[in-house]
Amino acid sequence: MSLKLRINGEDRTVVSDPETPLLYVLRDELKLKGSKLGCGLEQCGACAVLVDGKVEMSCVSPVATFEGRDIVTVEGLAATETGQRVQAAFVEANAAQCGYCTAGLVVAVSSLLSENETPDRAAAKAALDPHLCRCGAHPRVLRAVEIASGQA
Amino acid sequence: MSLEDYPRVSDWLALADGKLQVRTGKVDIGQRISTALVGIVQHELTLWPAEIDVQPVSTKSSPDEGMTSGSNSIEQSGHALRLAAATLRAKILAHLSDRLGGEANDWTLDAGELTGPGTNRPLVLLHVLAEIDLDMPVDPDARIAEAGAVKGLDMRGLPELVKGSYRFLHDLDLPGMLHALVIRPPHAKARLAEIQGDLASKLEEDGFHILRDGSFLAVAGPQEWPVVRAAQRLANACDWDLGDGLGDGDIFSALTQENAIRLTVEDGKPVKDAPIPQDLPDTTHRARYERPFTMHGALAPSAACATWDGETLEITTHSQGIYILRDSIAESLGLPPEKVVLTFMPGSGCYGHSAADDAAFEAALLAMAVPNTPILLKWIREDEHAWEPYGPASATEVAAKVGTDGRLQAFSAEAIGGTFRGRPRTGPNQAGPAKLLANHFRSNSVGPQPGAPNMNRHGGLQRNLVPIYDIPETRFVKNLVPEMPLRTSALRCLGAALNVFAIECFMDEIARERGADPFAFRRAHLKDGRAMAVLDRLESELDARPLAEGAGRGIAYAQYKNAMTRVGASVDLTVTDAAEIELHRILLVADAGRIVDRDGLAAQLEGGALQAASWALHEAVTWDRDGITSRDWDSYPVLRFSGVPEIDVILLDQPESKSLGAGEASPGPVLAAIANAVCDATGLRARRLPMTSDALTSLALQE
Repeated sequence: MSLKLRINGEDRTVVSDPETPLLYVLRDELKLKGSKLGCGLEQCGACAVLVDGKVEMSCVSPVATFEGRDIVTVEGLAATETGQRVQAAFVEANAAQCGYCTAGLVVAVSSLLSENETPDRAAAKAALDPHLCRCGAHPRVLRAVEIASGQA
Repeated sequence: MSLEDYPRVSDWLALADGKLQVRTGKVDIGQRISTALVGIVQHELTLWPAEIDVQPVSTKSSPDEGMTSGSNSIEQSGHALRLAAATLRAKILAHLSDRLGGEANDWTLDAGELTGPGTNRPLVLLHVLAEIDLDMPVDPDARIAEAGAVKGLDMRGLPELVKGSYRFLHDLDLPGMLHALVIRPPHAKARLAEIQGDLASKLEEDGFHILRDGSFLAVAGPQEWPVVRAAQRLANACDWDLGDGLGDGDIFSALTQENAIRLTVEDGKPVKDAPIPQDLPDTTHRARYERPFTMHGALAPSAACATWDGETLEITTHSQGIYILRDSIAESLGLPPEKVVLTFMPGSGCYGHSAADDAAFEAALLAMAVPNTPILLKWIREDEHAWEPYGPASATEVAAKVGTDGRLQAFSAEAIGGTFRGRPRTGPNQAGPAKLLANHFRSNSVGPQPGAPNMNRHGGLQRNLVPIYDIPETRFVKNLVPEMPLRTSALRCLGAALNVFAIECFMDEIARERGADPFAFRRAHLKDGRAMAVLDRLESELDARPLAEGAGRGIAYAQYKNAMTRVGASVDLTVTDAAEIELHRILLVADAGRIVDRDGLAAQLEGGALQAASWALHEAVTWDRDGITSRDWDSYPVLRFSGVPEIDVILLDQPESKSLGAGEASPGPVLAAIANAVCDATGLRARRLPMTSDALTSLALQE
């Protein structure tokens, strides 16, 4: 049995058990290792991907539920101007310490900016609240949001 | 220690692949140390970042610099590398003078190029380096380059991180590799009675490998999710003998002198067999401050990869101390240490001794059971929360005698708590193996063992127990409670977090009671000019930042280990009607000596401040007889984006002083500044962490 997924603009066929959470299919079968497992409980945001343009956690929902939907992982973000701008802003702001949360945050900020071109501080915090960072890089991530949205 | 043990330039620097290779024993655990080390070498030799690389840190080839901990890396590895590079620069200039004429000081080095008498065009440093034997002693008096900004010092790895192409240990994917998980008992006292039915053999028929050694149970297989499912099924089929369960009485009432090994502390150091000094007579003030068991809470569950080829055990780990871990794994398995090779690969930030070492040993056990096969073993979130070695619950009791002139005449501090010494350091009675979690459960079990006191200056519980203030009469006592209900080890700052919290809250309480200005009260007891400069700058910055209506402001000051980075902190916050703390702004003024990586230094101080904010407002391990109950990020809440205040860091550069580590300098002052601000806003004095709305509400009811 196989499933068809659209990932980063490409059609991919996967053979994993349809009950497998999307994250494991991305990392283990498709070798897209950018999305991270932090909790497996949808509590930390390390596994965030874009699904039809919206941020979703990929660590719990079965891969079968993503069939026919447009998935973008951190590896595919650079295909859009917004994604590139966000990535550059993270680099400019040194918006990481260990970097394990970074992929999920870059995904979330890209989604935020595609919905709200100039989010204020409160909107940025609200959008990023599902994402944990344990090193305390938050101020730099918020700065990256400002840079990427031309508010710096 | 670093330069004494590795005194030659070739111990620290090598030329390979057309780049200058930095050799260090210190590892990147989220603190960006490799960026700073590259910056030091870059500055001394005027190279560009792309011309320098950092060799993987491995027990096979790297200098043994002990642990990457205690904010020591800049002082140890950084100092050694600075002198090695400065020695090399002098050698290069002398070499060119010999070869091409002129005096050594006729030659100049700039932007990685050398010019001298009669050179038509500059010589490339990396080319000249190839002519030089780096096997020469590091000159401890080598002239180091003048302080100044390092060109193009960007965070190593960041461009790859934002694209998702950076590789963590967790991302390893080796040919023939198996994924592995451990099935944990309900709690530390439980033992595996049996696995019901024939599930284990059925799983083995399906191609899974199952390892059972006493109560240590693990499963491995070729794909990650099926292994997760198999582990869940196995867990459901396990019958455990639960024993007496975990001790679940009130931990703070167990933190007493009666339950402790007591040691007098002199000049920051415990003294063996010295009598405990008498209590201070006529004290005017007395208070006790407390902290619960606290998680490291690494964002990534711990992991390791191991392969056993019948002769050598190769382990990839995100451990902070690959040498001591190698020795304890070798001892546990009866292998000679040289047959065990550990290589570092980044995991997530760890903030102290997380479960990284436990995972490395567990991967090794599976690798020995399934030879010639790489085993990538990962912990799961619930296990990381339930089984990592926590920062110990502790209490600090302070007392003082304040004279009629408002000065402190006498001061006493006693630290009481469990051990921070949970790292697998080898020693008598299998002390190293006893600290590896799996050894507690194997059929030939070792450990856990009661805590033994750390006797080092500003080690363990006594870190920053001695205030930085000038007080005529003092007494200090360390009280190690050797038996604690939960396993504990080193957590960022060790005792300094609670001790600075205690001392700086206490200073605030006394000043407040006397109506004294908190800056003036501290200054009256300080002699250190650099401390004064930090406080002066903090005060003048605050003068320019009026406090919002209804908000409270608190300050605190400390110098890490009374010898490292100085930090003055202020916090502005409000306490809502629901007794919840809303942090508005944190301001840090810091003196970390000569600045190497300005942005990296600021990031470490900010990160420490925000981790402290998380400790202050949220973090506490919970448990009952049946096991740990804080097993995820809902039951163990931490600071999220919505709770993050504005934060400013002001760095006072000291170009003529040595560079100091700063990763643990800000948490203590920020903890105290938060409590002092809560008191300023509400009049409530919170002396136990975390300051949750429930805690503040009960304090208000006691008033």
